[in-house]
Amino acid sequence: MRLFLLIAIAVAAAVFFGARLIGNDYVFFAGYTVLQFVVLATAWNILGGYTGYVNFGSAAFFAMGAYATVALHKFPALIDSTFPEALAPLLRAIFPLPIPALIVIGGIVSGVVGLGMGYLTLRLRGAFFAIATLALAVVLQTLIVNWDYVGGSRGAYIIRPGEIALIGPYIQYLFLLMLALAVIAIAIARGIERSQLGYGFATIRDDELAAEASGVPTLKLKLIATALSGALMGMAGAPFPYYIGYLQPSSAFGLEYAVNSIAMPMIGGTTSWVGPLIGAILLGSLQQYVTVTISSSVNVLVVGLLLIVFVIVAPNGIVGLVQGHLRGRKK
Amino acid sequence: MVGISFDLVINALIAGILLGGFYAAVTLGVSISFGILDIVNIAHPAFIILGSYIAYILNAQFGIDPIVVSILMMPVFYLLGAGVYQVYHEAFERRGQESLRGLSFFFGLLFVTEVILILVFGVDYRYVEAWYIGPSWRLGVMDFPLRMLVPCVTALALFGALELFLSRTFVGRAISAVAQDQLALRLMAADPIRIKRIAFGISIATTAVAGALLIIIQPVEPSVGREYIGRVFAICVLGGLGSLPGTVIGAMLLGILESFTATFYGPSWAPAVAFGVLLLTLAFRPAGLLGR
Repeated sequence: MRLFLLIAIAVAAAVFFGARLIGNDYVFFAGYTVLQFVVLATAWNILGGYTGYVNFGSAAFFAMGAYATVALHKFPALIDSTFPEALAPLLRAIFPLPIPALIVIGGIVSGVVGLGMGYLTLRLRGAFFAIATLALAVVLQTLIVNWDYVGGSRGAYIIRPGEIALIGPYIQYLFLLMLALAVIAIAIARGIERSQLGYGFATIRDDELAAEASGVPTLKLKLIATALSGALMGMAGAPFPYYIGYLQPSSAFGLEYAVNSIAMPMIGGTTSWVGPLIGAILLGSLQQYVTVTISSSVNVLVVGLLLIVFVIVAPNGIVGLVQGHLRGRKK
Repeated sequence: MVGISFDLVINALIAGILLGGFYAAVTLGVSISFGILDIVNIAHPAFIILGSYIAYILNAQFGIDPIVVSILMMPVFYLLGAGVYQVYHEAFERRGQESLRGLSFFFGLLFVTEVILILVFGVDYRYVEAWYIGPSWRLGVMDFPLRMLVPCVTALALFGALELFLSRTFVGRAISAVAQDQLALRLMAADPIRIKRIAFGISIATTAVAGALLIIIQPVEPSVGREYIGRVFAICVLGGLGSLPGTVIGAMLLGILESFTATFYGPSWAPAVAFGVLLLTLAFRPAGLLGR
């Protein structure tokens, strides 16, 4: 495990310095999006791939993280009007919060939402959970649209500082944070796979009734998976307002987050941490390419079609195809 | 109630019932596919939007009444549904992978349909023209906009036809039986796969009508369908899975609730109602109001 983490950090460092060598900010903008999808896909797979419960509401969890940031970003404006004067200097020293703190808060918010949703629906058949997550996105969007403090349907501006100490351009700082998040997400996913927790998840996926009967605490495990997966998605969303500069509900709740976080693990392969990583890098880069060369609606279409083709033709994704190929060769 | 006039309440109630009738048309198909066949077709709203666009095209080109269009299109949608079921069956049901991959398949369908419609028609709102869009009947203080009344009546007719079909014909009864005991069905010399294909075809055929009703009620753009995902499944669960009368009652209840929410709190809150209803039902009465 320690070795894996060291390797992952080394790879991440190589990616970061490699990107700096190219010396073009666009690399960081595009790379940030791809890394964001690595985190989302890995997070989705912790629930979807390991326990077999489908979450269609990734966009909602992502947006919760993003809007937690917006809410806290707007907070200093309230200090003078709502808090006693004695507290004001203290609050002003704390705010604005640094992005790593915002990431943690975004993660907590989305994790708690995931836990609550899971508690209400996970005792029922799997399909209900999937449907509830789908509906969750619509409702949270309704709440945000009606919440004037975070900008409502008009959206909110977040001014991104131009530079940051030590690193330089702000986008490189955001890129580095997302890179770190990706490493953390993958390390968690891999850790789960090799732990008792992972075996528990797998029993739920394979036969929940049998697992329950043999004493696996299925509800508890499912709640852990939901909260963890939701929290990681929220963490991926927290820096987003700083990246995009202007956040409106329709962009934070964009269906492309929901479809990508399902399509990437499905196309890469859902049984191990490698699948979402491969899927996210391939699809993420492909989309960057298609967005630049053709249009952003076409890129969404491509993802949807690939998802349909892969679930029909290659149920275990690219990882499954490669494994099948290797096994065929051994024979 | 102080400050809230009786007229407002009674008209909110009427609007809710009419809206509920329309919601019934939207949900009947899901009651068959999800409630009876256990196929979680989350792409159902996408087919409805497709129905809306076909009604729009034929209405704009040839001036045909949208409801007439939708009835003419039902066989086409039936074949489309039967085709989709065949793929679903071959790729997922037979391999026993319907939960994870089957769901993703329908999610992909939902998504691809929406994006194709966006690419072809753009995101402009489209609408149809018909004599009943605009005028309204008045009965004392009560107001019956025909734009809502006609869809509601059509929906109830659709419900009646489906209920008769399911309870009176051999195939209809076989559809109700397929969820319970496939082996017994086989012993009755009915192929369960064929029955399921027919049932799924019918469920998609209803979306042709539901789509036409939708575009009569409101202008439509491709992403409107997403709002209906929460609604249809909330109604379906509320009504008790697979019960058509339950579906109509559930639809009316949700319609009334949404109408009151829109009247007294503002229309931007209405989409949240369905989700609240869905979560509360799942938490307290998962079998629905008229559960089996």
